[in-house]
Amino acid sequence: MNQRLPTLSLAALALLVVLAFIAFSVGRFSISPSELWTVLWAKLTGNTHTLPSTYDAVIFQIRGPRVIAAIFIGAALAGAGAVYQNMFRNPLVSPDILGVSSGAALGAVLAIFLSLPILAIQGFAFAGGLVAVAMVYFIGNAVRGHDPILALILTGVVVGTLLGSGIAMMKYLADPYNQLPAITFWLLGSLSSITPADLWIASPLVLVGLVPIFLLRWRMNVLSLSDDEARALGVNVARLRIIIVASATLVTAAAVSISGIIGWIGLLIPHAARLLIGPEFARMLPLTLLLGASYLLAVDTLARTMASIEIPPGVLTALIGTPLFLWLLAATNSRSKA
Amino acid sequence: MAARGHEFALESVTVNASLIEARALAYGHPGRTLGRDINLDVAEGEVLCVLGPNGGGKTTLFRTLLALLPTHSGNISLRGKALHDCTDTERARMMAYVPQANNTYFAFTVRDVVLMGRTAHLGLFNRPGAKDIAAADVAMNELNITHLADKTITQISGGERQLALIARALAQESPLLIMDEPTASLDFGNQALILHEILRLKASGRSVLFCTHDPDHALQCADRALLLHHGNVLALGVPREVVTAANLRTLYDVEVQLIEDAARGHAFCRPRVRAVEAPPL
Repeated sequence: MNQRLPTLSLAALALLVVLAFIAFSVGRFSISPSELWTVLWAKLTGNTHTLPSTYDAVIFQIRGPRVIAAIFIGAALAGAGAVYQNMFRNPLVSPDILGVSSGAALGAVLAIFLSLPILAIQGFAFAGGLVAVAMVYFIGNAVRGHDPILALILTGVVVGTLLGSGIAMMKYLADPYNQLPAITFWLLGSLSSITPADLWIASPLVLVGLVPIFLLRWRMNVLSLSDDEARALGVNVARLRIIIVASATLVTAAAVSISGIIGWIGLLIPHAARLLIGPEFARMLPLTLLLGASYLLAVDTLARTMASIEIPPGVLTALIGTPLFLWLLAATNSRSKA
Repeated sequence: MAARGHEFALESVTVNASLIEARALAYGHPGRTLGRDINLDVAEGEVLCVLGPNGGGKTTLFRTLLALLPTHSGNISLRGKALHDCTDTERARMMAYVPQANNTYFAFTVRDVVLMGRTAHLGLFNRPGAKDIAAADVAMNELNITHLADKTITQISGGERQLALIARALAQESPLLIMDEPTASLDFGNQALILHEILRLKASGRSVLFCTHDPDHALQCADRALLLHHGNVLALGVPREVVTAANLRTLYDVEVQLIEDAARGHAFCRPRVRAVEAPPL
């Protein structure tokens, strides 16, 4: 499998580049590849071009941020999903297993309910995600006499449900004409309102969270063994786990705070990467990031072009994700038995 | 007086030669002490077998020796250094843990699993290099599982998986291997294979501390046997001397006949299975 990695990663990178070109080109205002190239080249060299200024607006103000956001958020959610699946030794967990999504959602919904500005909604979402995971982590560690992994997952489920009822209460109390649509929109997730300013805040946070994950990528394998085995191999499991949980939470919270909740990517993409390259984390991580970016970019492009209204990408990821996941499940099963 | 001095000298020699030593150890799960006054040591190149019924505290004792559970009282030392003063890396370089070969792993290749044994020799951010890959290859070669290197750990048999985990412990390059029921859930042939590997590990100068519930395993490949009864030491000594019908009756609550094969110098155990009389017609 070693020799498959460069080929597969290059193929995934090529796929991402092609998808990015398509995403820039298609839409209500279509731009041909040569026009796109002219505008980009002019921007790079600082020259002017002869095309109307609408092209600049569409490429740099409307589609550019959206394409970059899809790449960052897709990679972030897929990477965090791979981390959590590996750490919890369970291929069925997703980045929101420790309540980061429900925490972020409650924060955002609260901010919408209080009629705060966009920036505050994002800030509340980010803080909500971090607070929820910190809460789960400390409660989970305080519950003694259980397998620490099981305690964390169960605490995550319970706290997530509690936060969910908080969200339901806010929706019930919200102004149905003004606030409720905004809440629903946020809960379904969307990349349509992302501005360059959002990206300047969120993408560094995603990168900061990915750095420790990338540096510790080989040691993540040892973390997928039982705690006893990992500790006997010389790993300080408790310390490593808190670093990894903090990093993955930062990545997810930063992504979710600007996009709203987009499900399925963190569950589906690590599976696909594991099927293609095997579970060894150092080999799997780059492929996971690239595939996550490609998947969200493809889904978002479909979401804004396939109908006259925008389809929420969260709905599309589930529509495409469900059959794909079931197929992966069947494929993984038959492979491991072979 | 002279005899005491001699005894003292002998004891200090033992201390120096011990890889691991427990003195007046009380162990158990937090809040529930299972056994007290445990004194044991494993010398360089020695095989010590812990015998006892299921639920008798074998695994808990091993987890305590591996510093995976805190001691309740008493001391454990590794080559004379207190266990709680050792760093994670120091511990891992002194003793390697071979868990029971269950199947809860991701589908790692056998080579990747064996490479994980190199963790204690790698920096926090390092990946295994050429030297580590070579060490893993040597370990797999020693256990004759090189042909399994590219197979996944989930698709090989239980016996092969146990060998892979032993190879991982060898790649760790620790002088002491602690094996938790290495023969459990293996078939007849694979059990014999694992016992053979334990003898080979001893022949290569390594020490092995393993546990089993089969007294024949202690008779076949251990230098000394420790009989663990409800968490406490019932007997510790040469297997032929401590694996007796009386001790086994205490341990397992069963009548055992020890059959001697004087010609080969072997002995083996045969539990008496109470016959059932045919019901009257």
